[in-house]
Amino acid sequence: MKSALFILPFALVPFFANDFWLVQIFGRALILGVIALSLTFLAAYLGVVSFAQATMAGVSGYTVAYFGPNSVDVGRELPFYVVLPLAIIMATLSGVIIGLIARRSQGIYAIMITLAVGVAFFYFTRQNYTYFNGWTGFSGIRAPEIAGTNLRDPLPFYLLIISVAMLCLMLVNGFIKSPLGLTIQAVRDAPKRVLAIGIPTTPVIVSAYAIAGFIAGSGGILNVWYQERISSFSVGLGPIVDILVIAVIGGLKHPIGAFIGALAFVLLDTFAVDFIDRERFNTLIGLVLLAIIMGAPDGLHGLAKSWLARFKKRVAENQV
Amino acid sequence: MFTKLKTITMTSALALSAFAAPASAEDIKIGVISILEGAFAALGQDGIRGVELAIAEAGGEVAGNDIEIIVMSSDASPDSAVNAARKLIEQDGVDLIVGPLSGSEGLALRDLSKSFPAVTFLNGSSAAQDTTLRDSSDNFFRFGGDGAQWMVGVGSYAHDDLGYEKVAVVAEDYSFPYTQVLGFMTEFCAAGGTVPEKFWTPIGAKDYSSIVYSIPSDVDAVFVALGGADAVNFLTQYNQAGGTKPIIGGSITIDQSILDSEGPFKQQLIGAPAGTPTVSDYDGAEWKAFSASYTEHFPDGFTAPSIFAHHYYMSAHAAILALEEVEGDLSGDQAAFRAALTDLEFVTPTGGTMRLDENRNGIVDNFVTEVFEREDGTLGNRVVKVVRDVDQSLGQDPATFLAQGSVSRDNPSCP
Repeated sequence: MKSALFILPFALVPFFANDFWLVQIFGRALILGVIALSLTFLAAYLGVVSFAQATMAGVSGYTVAYFGPNSVDVGRELPFYVVLPLAIIMATLSGVIIGLIARRSQGIYAIMITLAVGVAFFYFTRQNYTYFNGWTGFSGIRAPEIAGTNLRDPLPFYLLIISVAMLCLMLVNGFIKSPLGLTIQAVRDAPKRVLAIGIPTTPVIVSAYAIAGFIAGSGGILNVWYQERISSFSVGLGPIVDILVIAVIGGLKHPIGAFIGALAFVLLDTFAVDFIDRERFNTLIGLVLLAIIMGAPDGLHGLAKSWLARFKKRVAENQV
Repeated sequence: MFTKLKTITMTSALALSAFAAPASAEDIKIGVISILEGAFAALGQDGIRGVELAIAEAGGEVAGNDIEIIVMSSDASPDSAVNAARKLIEQDGVDLIVGPLSGSEGLALRDLSKSFPAVTFLNGSSAAQDTTLRDSSDNFFRFGGDGAQWMVGVGSYAHDDLGYEKVAVVAEDYSFPYTQVLGFMTEFCAAGGTVPEKFWTPIGAKDYSSIVYSIPSDVDAVFVALGGADAVNFLTQYNQAGGTKPIIGGSITIDQSILDSEGPFKQQLIGAPAGTPTVSDYDGAEWKAFSASYTEHFPDGFTAPSIFAHHYYMSAHAAILALEEVEGDLSGDQAAFRAALTDLEFVTPTGGTMRLDENRNGIVDNFVTEVFEREDGTLGNRVVKVVRDVDQSLGQDPATFLAQGSVSRDNPSCP
């Protein structure tokens, strides 16, 4: 529960930021943070790096697009209170399926299998016109109006994003202390011993992927409302790698790393082009990411933690 | 807690400095969106040159107001174009946006423009048909054509001059080639030709053998709407498999880089017609002046303006002319400026008169080119026909044209 408090400073943003900072920077960072949280969760507690997070987010995004209001004449419109649970269920199911496929893989093999699933989904969305509208995808997707509050307005939308981010963090923090959460960590550390005491590992691993799908799916709904569109580009290699970069620079060891990484990523992505000659801005982004990874192997979260530890030690020494 | 507080202090400092950014009221800010990363980076850069050229020719100011340009990059995806535009509008406070480069991005910005009625969008080089034809937006202007307009002249040339009756189509499976095929088939079918089969391939396909062997043997020619490496791969494999049918090219199929590449397929291209709005070495007087001005301003640019420099230039040039007419007055949600844009007429670098139709889409010039062998054995494109005043409904009654429905893999059809 404690680490959900880390999100609280984000709640102060509406007091000083204009709409651009509110939605484009902090809102987008939190959305990407939620999707990256799903990767950090798998990496930290199941010990598996998955490349399929953008895919799970894409599944819920496409569900919202297909069954919601859009401007491309594909799909059928259902009320939002049906669509939203459906989108979450579909994303969780996609997590289950990916978990079943990748259940025996570790390390680089898990990366390759999840990447293969992600890329296959990308090409599928690009070439299927009946459900995914191919290359063009869906546009004109609108967040609904709930009880008189239009979720397309910056402030309500931001408050929704921040609540989802907090809930997801609390879910992760609560879940890892539950019996199932502890079993997942046991499977990470010593799968053979888990088997030896009579617990089958497959359902445990699959349920971890299902939770990851649930979290990525929540982020995916917010993302499709933020972009107001979804197409094969949204589940391609670019977004897949972005999510990994966010999780790595933030720190894979703690859930909060996902949000720190997302904020750093969004700031870089948005403003690098202002700081440096335009043909070179990707070099700047690359160099900063390289510097973070070299200077802080555990990500920004790990770096801050070690600074904090050193600071505390010095205070303690001074007191002696 | 510490980390987060630190990040927050840092970002709020950044935020505050951003709010305090000085903006003189007299500056006119133009945001430019182009693709500056990935495979299109060099071409996207040329689009930016087009805008810079238009502003440099105006002396960097309009009626005493300085013009400032702010560049953002997209990566050919609609999402990135929308993010770039939002940043330009909400953070940099631009008055106008020139861009984007590719078709799906254009559709995305057209949708976005409806949410920002106070900003005027001028299309860069994106050429999707529906950007202006269906569901158009009051503040989205395209001083250029769409992919169908870029093929005008080719269909009738292929039928009437080259005598082709039956043509097979090989094209990439997305919106721009659909539109190109529509532009070709509208004329070709109206002239009495037939297209028995269309082959759609995914972008970036390497193996075309299944298509090569499926092309009916009784067709007179093959219309190839592929770009870059896809075109080279297809043409090579078609030639190696013993295919001998003449080729008809789309707007991005037979460019100079293909003509300069090595391989026996090149001989097959001699005489191949193609449609395009921009011919780099066109010898019209206006084009020569434009090209000279381009080379003078950008000695390290291309040897001649590309299709992207040409189109971005026309949009920026139109904006500057309209701004001059209203003396830089952008008040009242730019109403006067937009009225000036709507009624604008100017001579384009290709020598025609640019003006807009009721959907704010350009009425443009188009070229039919053909591949020829120079004396030194190298290949080039030369102009065989210039078609003036091409409108978006390709010379048909707009209502009839609209009634034919949205372009897709199966529309139009004349087997």
